[in-house]
This record gives sequence, structure tokens and C-alpha cells, in this order.
Amino acid sequence: MNLHLKVWRQKNAETKGHLVDYEARNIPEDCSFLEMLDLVNEDLLSRGDEPIAFDHDCREGICGMCSLTINGIPHGPSETTTCQLYMRKFKDGATIYIEPFRASAFPPLRDLTVNRSAFDRIQQAGGFISARVGAAQDGNSILIPKTEADRAMEAAACIGCGACAAACPNASAMLFVGAKVTHLGSLPQGQPERERRVLAMVKKMDEEGFGNCSNYLECEAVCPAEIPVAVIGQMNRDYSVALLKDNL
Amino acid sequence: MNLLLKFWSSSIGKKWLVALTGLALLGFVMAHLAGNLQMFAGAAKINAYAEFLHANEKPLWVARLGLIACFLGHIIATLTLVRMNRAARPQAYVLNRHVQAKISTRTMALSGLTVLSFIVFHLLHYTLRVTDPRFRTVAEGGQLESVFDVYRMVLLGFQNPLLSGFYILSVALLALHLSHGISSVFQTFGLESKRSALWMPKAGRFLSLLIFIGYASIPAAVLLGFLK
Amino acid sequence: MSLNLDPKIPSGPLEQKWERHKFESKLISPANKRKFEVIVVGTGLAGASAAATLGELGYKVTAFCFQDSPRRAHSIAAQGGINAAKNYQNDGDSVHRLFYDTIKGGDFRAREANVHRLAEVSVSIIDHCVALGVPFAREYGGLLDNRSFGGAQVSRTFYARGQTGQQLLLGAYSALNRQIAAGTVEMHSRIEMLDLVLVDGHAKGIVTRNMVTGEIKSWAADCVVMATGGYGNVFYLSTNAKGSNVTATYRAYKRGAAFANPCYTQIHPTCIPVAGEQQAKLTLMSESLRNDGRVWVPKKKGDTRPASQIPDAERDYYLERKYPSFGNLAPRDISSRSAKEVCDEGRGVGPGGLGVYLDFADSIKRLGEPKIRERYGNLFEMYHQITGENAYQMPMRIFPAVHYTMGGLWVDYNLMSNLPGLFVLGEANFSDHGANRLGASALMQGLADGYFVIPYTIGNYLAPEGGKRPTTDHPAFKQTEADVRAQINRFLSIKGKRSVESFHRELGLLMWDYCGMARSEKSLTRALNRIPALRQEFWENANVPGNNESLNQSLERAGRVADFLEFGELMCLDALKRNESCGGHFREEYQTPEGEAQRDDEHFAHVAAWEYQGEKTPPIRNVEPLVYETVKLATRSYK
Repeated sequence: MNLHLKVWRQKNAETKGHLVDYEARNIPEDCSFLEMLDLVNEDLLSRGDEPIAFDHDCREGICGMCSLTINGIPHGPSETTTCQLYMRKFKDGATIYIEPFRASAFPPLRDLTVNRSAFDRIQQAGGFISARVGAAQDGNSILIPKTEADRAMEAAACIGCGACAAACPNASAMLFVGAKVTHLGSLPQGQPERERRVLAMVKKMDEEGFGNCSNYLECEAVCPAEIPVAVIGQMNRDYSVALLKDNL
Repeated sequence: MNLLLKFWSSSIGKKWLVALTGLALLGFVMAHLAGNLQMFAGAAKINAYAEFLHANEKPLWVARLGLIACFLGHIIATLTLVRMNRAARPQAYVLNRHVQAKISTRTMALSGLTVLSFIVFHLLHYTLRVTDPRFRTVAEGGQLESVFDVYRMVLLGFQNPLLSGFYILSVALLALHLSHGISSVFQTFGLESKRSALWMPKAGRFLSLLIFIGYASIPAAVLLGFLK
Repeated sequence: MSLNLDPKIPSGPLEQKWERHKFESKLISPANKRKFEVIVVGTGLAGASAAATLGELGYKVTAFCFQDSPRRAHSIAAQGGINAAKNYQNDGDSVHRLFYDTIKGGDFRAREANVHRLAEVSVSIIDHCVALGVPFAREYGGLLDNRSFGGAQVSRTFYARGQTGQQLLLGAYSALNRQIAAGTVEMHSRIEMLDLVLVDGHAKGIVTRNMVTGEIKSWAADCVVMATGGYGNVFYLSTNAKGSNVTATYRAYKRGAAFANPCYTQIHPTCIPVAGEQQAKLTLMSESLRNDGRVWVPKKKGDTRPASQIPDAERDYYLERKYPSFGNLAPRDISSRSAKEVCDEGRGVGPGGLGVYLDFADSIKRLGEPKIRERYGNLFEMYHQITGENAYQMPMRIFPAVHYTMGGLWVDYNLMSNLPGLFVLGEANFSDHGANRLGASALMQGLADGYFVIPYTIGNYLAPEGGKRPTTDHPAFKQTEADVRAQINRFLSIKGKRSVESFHRELGLLMWDYCGMARSEKSLTRALNRIPALRQEFWENANVPGNNESLNQSLERAGRVADFLEFGELMCLDALKRNESCGGHFREEYQTPEGEAQRDDEHFAHVAAWEYQGEKTPPIRNVEPLVYETVKLATRSYK
């Protein structure tokens, strides 16, 4: 199949970017979206151009490194990550817009790559349980009902790709933060630090310059890990309770 | 005070303010509707109601000031949030698409601003009565029997189809605004659960629809000649 | 024989070695730990857990990863689970049984003492991960759930949906984050280690390249911990992440670290076959599918009929035919090799004839589609996503793919390489899996090394080393930096016509054909002839555009592929010199009449540790004999 691409090219954070037109020719239907870009890059190389920079690593939908906005939707028209999107989802002759994940908290690096270390810093603020190595009791001495374990797992499945913030018209990271707050907050081990955690993570989230939630629900729609938007409500509740307890 | 400042300083706290003031305003919208619907009970009833409201100026002004405060709080908190949200994406997407965002959500700012301008007009129109010379007592050269002849004033006002159309359109936007706002309140307060996530948006839409029907029924009834 | 490969195995009975070693290990007081700086390269399970734990103990840790966040390391992709000798199922498991299963699974080519320690600490790993908030699967009563896995007759695998690796890595990542926040660990992402710095023969630092700005920088420390993963991507196509590479370990090897058993590679039997030339990555389908799927190919060569039109009598259910008692559940190496055999005979299915059917029709008939959907729904979905085929209606096509590498840098019982001060953890070392790794053991080893081994053993090196940390002004750093810069300039000045990717692809194909599932003297000799030529072409004709001072993915790739082009040769050499078949290393000349692997314990019950001798001179093969005090060597049989 043949495709018209409109790809965001940007030398670095300091220069302005713009869309550049490319033709992708003779692309097999069975090829993944990133393999299609590999082919385009081979073509660019052979013509003496610099290839398009884009992030990717595991290419099996779990590491969260790939991060393309395809036709205006982060990760494109599939319910998975960019790397698990296959070309048969597109029509021959289609025009495809490829842009990076956009948010002020995700500053651009080059072309389609952005810096998502804001997510790391939010986790560092409190996304953990302080358990010293060697001090743990037997794993079975903490009983966790299956339903609770499943709820924690559902939230823990977040791959940290940033599509939620990229899709949100407000560039809000609340689905991401809510997922970690819900994961750790719904386990008995996470209780001692529950309040401290949510206060610190929300504070950091605001400082990093993410927007807030207006219930567009776009985050949930694009999330490859199917994190439900209910985690945002959970975070709001935990935050309010923690703030009240902390100050009354 | 410290607590309030802390709430205000965080994004979630500001959402709380929007939600709380929004709830208060929703309460007013419903009470106002209940009052207005007395139009259908006849002139005597609604005019008596108007007279009752103004019998005691002090509580009235307390209520009015409260409303104004909620209004300002709602708007200021929202504008602050909107500014944050705009700043969170300085470079817009060239191609921007939505997957499941509802029209009511995407038009919150538009519907909010329209409702605001409508309210200004509405106050000038029926409360301050500066737009229409007929809304004065006969003694003052108008067509009302007394200051509290609300029934006749509303009739006169809504007999103008353009004006009625504007009112109906505005309450439609208000309902759109509320349908998103009501379900959002649950999320902001963290009251939603798996089960409530299913009925909340529906409840929000249903309540907004009722409010729309209630408000729109009055100009419609006047235009169609049910109220004379 | 120039290297001193003393494994430093503690004396005493096997069960007491680790306890005794911990007691005899040198301690560093809390106040003094602060004075020691440790570099950790790589933040997968082993690296993240090591950095977090060392930081928690009070060492000053600087950690590096080439991804944009430590959470992206490829440990995240492990699906199945993690083994631990908890015996929660009351089915007769024990530390000794896990130890024995691992030794036997590795075809008796691993070091007894290391494996026993691994089995011992496996128990603590589960406890610690639970404490960190890893949401392991639970039973309704709240107890931890287990599943069974290949190579074991007990149920000892702990899991979190099909995302165990992800959850364990995120657990280690959260521990790491806690230390970063506490200031004990300094984390550097998008920074790639390009060389190891030796000062007076000791590993005292690294040289890195900032992948965004191109800055080349030296980092000095009291010791260096490398947890940089395996080298499966030497085959180009593998289940590894695209970024996984051999550069860190290979450059350490070129600085004098011994590379042990590079020929041991694990080929996983159930991957989605290659769809076309453009394919850049292979995707694993969980082995559990073989519980309900039947593997077959047509009996006739070149049969192009669709599967549904091939009658049962014309199908060859070859695993059931050859291994009647294990059938479709034959171990990984054996299933993989059988698939290759039938495809070599021209009976493979799908594009290029490189695939076999995994057919669920019988199970669907027996159990109904809903049951199959319940068990494997997400896998069928993934298969559909990738191939566009509905496996409920037609059989899946599968083919073996490179998955894990058992070889790695040589380490002693302390996990220190022959270079003093260089510690190697996780898949990057060679120590625990012998010639074949059992399922659900990689996660166990990574976390064992990081959480529970290195924190104890690192003191043995550091305690007597106090105050010997050089600064980066030392000439050794300047020299290494200059070497790194020179190599980068060399890449950029080739200005050839052919893309780096295409060299990698060609090398991968060559390795797969000549040093893949089955190797022979002939194929290996051929590979050893062809690789140098390919390497030469690379240095004459590779196209590496752009400059160093920006984000330049072609340049990053060039460095890695250049190392693969040398490393591939080492791998073939090792495979050629190991004149036996064992585990993942199958030499066609050494097989039983039934076609099974034939070990040669008399001549090859040892570790081969390769010592670099410079570009022009072939490396030296050193040997560490494997001494079995407890286990009796036996033949693996799955008939």
C-alpha cells in the first residue's frame, strides 16, 4: 500500500518544528506502524536525509516507550500502543498525520521524541511503599482478598506511556497519578503512607505543569493499559481526605 | 484559613471550589424554577410569591450576596483552571481529534459564557426592568398593575418570539452546562464508584433535561397561547 | 590459561555455604558506606533492585539507563511468572528441589553453589516484592496463588496476570524512586555506557554518551555494577527489545573481563512467525498455549492448501509422534528444534515456509470456544492484532525465536568478574542457568542478584579498597574518553551507502542460519569466514548520518551493531569449540541416534571464559571446571 505521511520534524527543543510530507511506498499490510516508519527511514537514509527520530523499545506493547500521536490520537486508531498498531488498519492512499505527544510537561527532544521524565519525578515524590530489603514478613501473612488484589492490579497495569496526558485537551496527568495512588492505596501494605503519598504526588503533578481533569474521558479512551477513569475519582477522594486530616 | 489556602493552591482544591459553588448555583436554579412554575398556577399565586420574596429585604440580600459570591467563585476558579490547562499544552496538535469526549464537556467554556451573558440580560430584563418600558406600573406609564405583577410582565415579555427563542436557547445551553457539571461533581468529590459511574452521567443528563423542560415550558406556553 | 578464574566458592556443605559466606563477608560500617561510590549501569530487575538496595544501605549510587526512564527496561516484558521455593501448595517443593530442577534444566552446566543460593533467596524475593506492593495474583481466601511451569513437577510460580515482569520491575523501580528522592541514588536516563575505565587493573568508572546532547563524560567510582541484560539481539530478530544490546558487556570484555559461554542461547518455541522482510521484532506467545493446542505440519512437502482442507490423515503431529509421553508439552529446546527440522524438510507453513500450526480445533470441540476464550482470550486477541488472523477459526502459526541468553560475563560467587571492582548481575552474567534456563527463573535471578546477593558481597571488594577512588582527571579516564570519541568520529566519517540496520539484519540472518537452533562445525566455520567480511564492509560502507552533538539514533545503533559484528564471531567460536550438545547449544555432530542432545561431561563439564587479545589476535579460551559435590550428572530425557 502507499501512504502520504505528514510527519512532525523538529531539530531540538530550541528550534521550531513543522510538518513535512513524505510518501511511504509499497508498504506491506502486515507490517506494524513502526516498521512502516523504519522503511521510510531506510528510504530517507538512502537519499542522504536524516531519518525521523521516534521512541520505541520493546515493540510488544508493554514498555511504554513508543509515543506517537497518529491522526490526532495518541497511539492512533487502535486500543493498544503505537507499536502494536498494524498497517491493515489504514486504507491504501490514506494521509496520516504523525505528531509527538504534546504537553508542556513533555518538552520535545527531536522530531517525534519527547522528554517524559516528569512522570518519573511524580513517582519519586511518593509513588512507592517504604519497605526495607530483608525486613519483609512472609508474603502470605498479609491476606489480600482476590477482589482487592485484582483492583490493585488493574490500576498497576499502567505502562507510563503518557498517552493520557497527550490525549487530554488539558494535558492532565491525573489518570497516570490516579493509577498509582489507586494501586498502592488499595493494598494493605500501602496504607501507612497513603495520605502522604497522594499529597506529595498531586503537588508534584501540579508543579510539573500538567493540567487538571475536566472529565473529557479522552485519557481512558486512549489508554493502552485500559486504566479506568475511576482512579481519578479515587485520587480526588484520597487527596481531599488527606488534606482535611492533615490540617484539622 | 490555612486549609482553604492549601485547597486553593492545588488543582484538585480548585476543582472542589468549582464543584461546591456549582452545586449552590444548581440549588438556586432549581429553587428559581420551582418559583417560576407557579406561572401555571395563575397570576394571583405567582404575584403573591413575588410579594412574599420581597416582604423582607434583609434575607433577600443575604441570599443575593451569597449567590453573587458563588458566581464569582465559580467563574474565578474556572478561569484559573482554564489558564493552567491552556499553559499545559503550549504547542497545539496540528490535527486534533477526540475519541469519546462529549459535546457537553467540550463546550463547557462556551456554554458557561453564553449562560453568563444570558444572566446579565435576564437581570436587566426582568429584575432591573430596564429593557422594556412596559414593565412599569400603570401609574408610571407602564402596563403592570403593581410592582409585583410578575405574571403580566412575563406574559408581555415572552409574547415576543425572538426573545422567547433566545430564552429557550439559553436554558438549553444551561442544561448542557449542567449535564456535564452534575456528573463531574461526583468525580471531583471522589464519590464515584464502578456502579455509580454507570448511572451518574445519566442522572446528570436527566436532571438537566428536567430543568430545561421546566424553564422552556414558560416561554413556550406563552407563545402557544396556553398562558394568557 | 592466563586468567585466574577462581570461583571463590565458600567451603562447607552446600546448604551452609551462603550463610557461612554472609558471615565471613567483610562489613562496612554505616558511617563508612557513605564514603563509597557505586556506579550501576542498567535499571532492569537486577540493576534497579541493586541500585535501590545499595542506596538504602547508605552507599552513594549513580545509576544509568539508555531508555528514557528506568521503568522501560526489558524485564518489563516478561509474562509468565517468578519461581520461589515457598511450598505454599504443599506439593513437596523445597529449596533443594528448586535447586535441582534448575541445575537439571540447565543441563548440568551451571555452578552448584550459585544455583543453591538462588533457590535459597527465592523465598525472600516474594516476601519483599509483596511488601513493595507488587499485586501478585491471589486466591479468594487472600493467599498468594501459584501456577505450574515447564521443567518442574510442582506449582511454584508466582504471577501477576500475564505481566509479572512488569509488576516486579515497577516494584524495583518504585524502590529505586524512593532512594532517588532520598538522595542516595542519582539517576541518569538516556545516557549510554560506552566504555569501562580501568585504573591499575581495577574497574573504577565508566565513560558515557548523553543520547540527547552527545556529551561524552567520565564517571569515577569505587566499583562498577553492570546489569545490562543479554545479547539476544545479535540475531537481529528476537523477542528482546529493539534497544537491547551487548555493548556494555562487550566493551568490558575488550577491557579484560572474561566472557563466559557466549554460545548458550535460548530459543523459545512459541513466537509469532516472521511476516515479511521489514519485520523488526518478534513477539512471544505464552508457552501456556501448548496446554491446549496441538502442533502439526502437513505430511507432504510444499503443501499449500489452507489448513482446513488438509485431512487429519495428511497431518503430522510431530511432537506427539516423537515424544509420546510429553507430546506438545516437550521442553523449549526440543520443541524448537523439532519445528526447525520439519521446516527444513520443506513442510513448514505460512509465508516462506517458516512456521508450524498450533491448532486449537480439537480443544474448541472438546471444551467449547468460551472456555478457550476464557483461558487464552488476550493471547488470541494479540495474535489477531499482529497477524490479522482469527485463531478460533484457523490454527495459529508459530515459529521459534531467540529469547534469552544464558552466557554472559564471567563472575565468581561474589558476582565479581575477573576484573576487580566489576560486578555483573542478571542476564548480563553467566552464572545460574547453565546451558538452558527454565521458565520463570530469569526474574528470580535478576532480583536475587540485586536485592539479596550484591548488597552482601560488594563489601568484600570495597572494605579493603577504602579511599582508592580515583578522580576523572586520572589519565586512564582521559584515555578511555579519547578512545570513545575516536570511535564515534570513525562511525561518522565512514559516510557509506548502506544503512546500519541492514548490516544488523544480515548479521542476524547469518547467526540464525549458522549459529541458531542447530550448529555444526561446517556452519560455524562458514559463519566465522563471513562475519569478518561483513564487518569490514560495515567499516567501509555504513551510512551513519548527522553528528554526535544531537539526538542521533543512527549513531547509537552504529555503536551497538559494530559490537554485535565482533561479538557474533566470539559466539560462533565458542559454539565451535564446545564439541558437545547441551541445553540451548545443539551441535548436529553430537546427538543420540534419536536426535537428542548428547553431552560430553568428561571433556566439557566446564565454563568456557573467553579472554580478549586485541583486534588481530584470536581470544583465549579459559576454563573453569564445574565441580559437582551434591548432584549426580544424568541425561535429560523427555520421551
